Amino acid sequence: MINFEISPHLEEYRRNIEKQAFELMRPIAREYDEKEHEVPWDYVHKMWGAEKEEVRRQLEDVRREGRIRRDKEFHLKQMITNEELSFGDAGIAFRRGRYGLGGAAIMAVGTQEQKIRFLKKFAEGEPKWGAMAITEPGAGSDTANIGTTAKLEGDHWVLNGEKIFVTNGKMATQEGDGLVVVWATVDKSAGRAGIKSFVVEAGTPGMTVTKVEDKLGLRCSDTASIVFEDCRIPFTNLLGSPEALDKAKTTGFKGAMATFDATRPGVAASAIGVGKAALEFVREVFGKEGIPIKYGASLHHLSAAERDFMDMEANLHAARLLTWRAACLLDDGKPNNLEASMAKAKAGLAVTKVTQKAVELLGPLGYSRSYLLEKWMRDAKINDLFEGTGQINLLIVARRILGFSSKELK
Amino acid sequence: MVSFEMSDEQKLLADTVKRFASKELRPNARISDESGIIPGSLNEKAWELELIPNFIAEEYGGYGAGHSAVTSALIAEEMAYGDLSMAIQILSPALIVVPVMMLGSDFQKRELLPLYCGRKFRPSTVGFLEPRFDFDRNTIQTRAAKEGEGYLLNGHKCFVPLAAQAETFLIYAGLGERLEGFLLPRGTAGLRIGEREKNMGLKALPTYEIMLENCWVPSESRLGGKEGCDVGKLLHYHCVACAAMAVGVAKAAYEYARDYAKGRVAFGEPIASRQAIAFMLAEMAIEVDATRLLAWEAAWRLDNGREANREAYLAKMYAADMVLKVTDGAVQVLGGHGYIREHPVELWLRNGRGFYSFETMAIA
Repeated sequence: MINFEISPHLEEYRRNIEKQAFELMRPIAREYDEKEHEVPWDYVHKMWGAEKEEVRRQLEDVRREGRIRRDKEFHLKQMITNEELSFGDAGIAFRRGRYGLGGAAIMAVGTQEQKIRFLKKFAEGEPKWGAMAITEPGAGSDTANIGTTAKLEGDHWVLNGEKIFVTNGKMATQEGDGLVVVWATVDKSAGRAGIKSFVVEAGTPGMTVTKVEDKLGLRCSDTASIVFEDCRIPFTNLLGSPEALDKAKTTGFKGAMATFDATRPGVAASAIGVGKAALEFVREVFGKEGIPIKYGASLHHLSAAERDFMDMEANLHAARLLTWRAACLLDDGKPNNLEASMAKAKAGLAVTKVTQKAVELLGPLGYSRSYLLEKWMRDAKINDLFEGTGQINLLIVARRILGFSSKELK
Repeated sequence: MVSFEMSDEQKLLADTVKRFASKELRPNARISDESGIIPGSLNEKAWELELIPNFIAEEYGGYGAGHSAVTSALIAEEMAYGDLSMAIQILSPALIVVPVMMLGSDFQKRELLPLYCGRKFRPSTVGFLEPRFDFDRNTIQTRAAKEGEGYLLNGHKCFVPLAAQAETFLIYAGLGERLEGFLLPRGTAGLRIGEREKNMGLKALPTYEIMLENCWVPSESRLGGKEGCDVGKLLHYHCVACAAMAVGVAKAAYEYARDYAKGRVAFGEPIASRQAIAFMLAEMAIEVDATRLLAWEAAWRLDNGREANREAYLAKMYAADMVLKVTDGAVQVLGGHGYIREHPVELWLRNGRGFYSFETMAIA
């Protein structure tokens, strides 16, 4: 039944995260944006306890049932978490210690044994980071074209290649006892079917961080290049059962891509959080300056600023509802490939529009580094670029609605 | 718990209306647009679905399912998906039923609601918009003034659907500082129906200017009875219906363009294989879905007693923008063929463009 009732405990949860956004994150937001490559250790430590607890519960489910038991609103809660943390500061939020995208891949594709083996350390000890390494200098949107190789030598895989744009790549390999999930090909000639995911734990020789990027926004987030040079890992670090090795099957690739159906809405939610920050700031300033926002008035009675504001608000909320829809499908155990891509495409566009417009609406102050608004605009832009660019997401949506393969619609 | 899935009941209803609209409305849409006439039999056929009596309480002769804006939104979308003019006409009884159910006095409920529980389709209407470029709900010029045991109404309304056919009118007029509603039967002295309007779209739907010239109505005509009521709330329900109908029109246009693009070959391939076209279609699909969710949320909030002024208004505003963009996009996808009346997309664009002004054409 169509329902927009947010349960009281979820609403309370949201309020708490929103409170954290103001108390823990906003006060240090500018500082870590300017410092760019420093770790907000206080914040990291503050957040780590809850993260450990969460992973502990997840692994209990995995031990018992092989997978995380989703309480009815697990993914919706994730959306709310991501949105409110980003509302605080997207870059700082990304720097939290957690198993992240790497762990998500393990949960999506790994065997039960692997899930426990690799992730149990995220339920204990000091903060640590999980990362996912896919993109290469010559392979971005065309993931099937990656060139990092994995060669079987005895009972070890040997990885060779270069990965870029790895979120928390440095943290995963150098700070604490983390891991990186690496996409590599066991047979380039097999195309997609040759691509598998491999877990490389921190401290493995042959894995080196060669660069940390300077970025337009999300400056507190660690974005690293990692080179793999004869990096040897155990055979059992290939994610998925040995059947995953079957070169005739693309299930490994598809399984890993399916991770994106789960993470895309989360990224959309994070985008929306940045948009919300900008929108609410404009609303606050308008309120203080006595600029009304007259819901209900006809076009002729709205100032240009009001009209723009309403447009921003509606677009952002539309993106939010699409994102929640994609998340709720996951909570219902239903496929959400189309809906996830719709949500990501819309969120990327909406938040770019919202944050750019917000800067415009606040004139000279919108442009100034005395306020966080200009930072939010810089932070927002990435959302239309990573985890599938807006164009790729539109392409996915288009292929689905047309029933076209990648050959029929390039 | 948040859910975007229709219940089985909701799905059944939406499917039923969609099937009806596809079978009975869509095939006649072009002819009706050209002739300006909606076949009367469609009203009767639609009335047989008993969509509106379903809402009405049993004590008045209805089926007692109760009123739901969400349900109305589902119905409105699918009817408009068939044809907007016909949808507005078919659902016009709701323009009186819903306000009376929600805000009417006991007398008004007893007098009017049973009329809508019979087998007869009764066209009904609302007079709200006024013929000014900058019409605004806060500056309504139609006025009511106390006169004896009633009110004198003076003013001028436009875009009143089915005025020449309607049995009952709900007229919005300013009384002192407040906006109020007044229920008038057809033939009330001082209520003059003008010529049928000629519009860019909605050509099958008869709409009229009406003049209120010292039109006297008894106190009991005031919606809510002698003390009146806050009709502002009704405007939210109108917004939701508009947004839902916009989704229906846009969906029709998007689907048509999508299917056309898959079949139309140029440069050796279907034009849908080109990103420029494919991306337009993808954006249309996204925007149709997004608008629907905004409308649903506003409707749900109304059904659950939540504040919905902002949500309803933004949903309508967004929907009006969206349906224009989508219907324009559909014409664009068809290229030159989008311009000729052989295809429905130009009709949908003409209809789609009007949503900025439709305010009270339908109610959720």
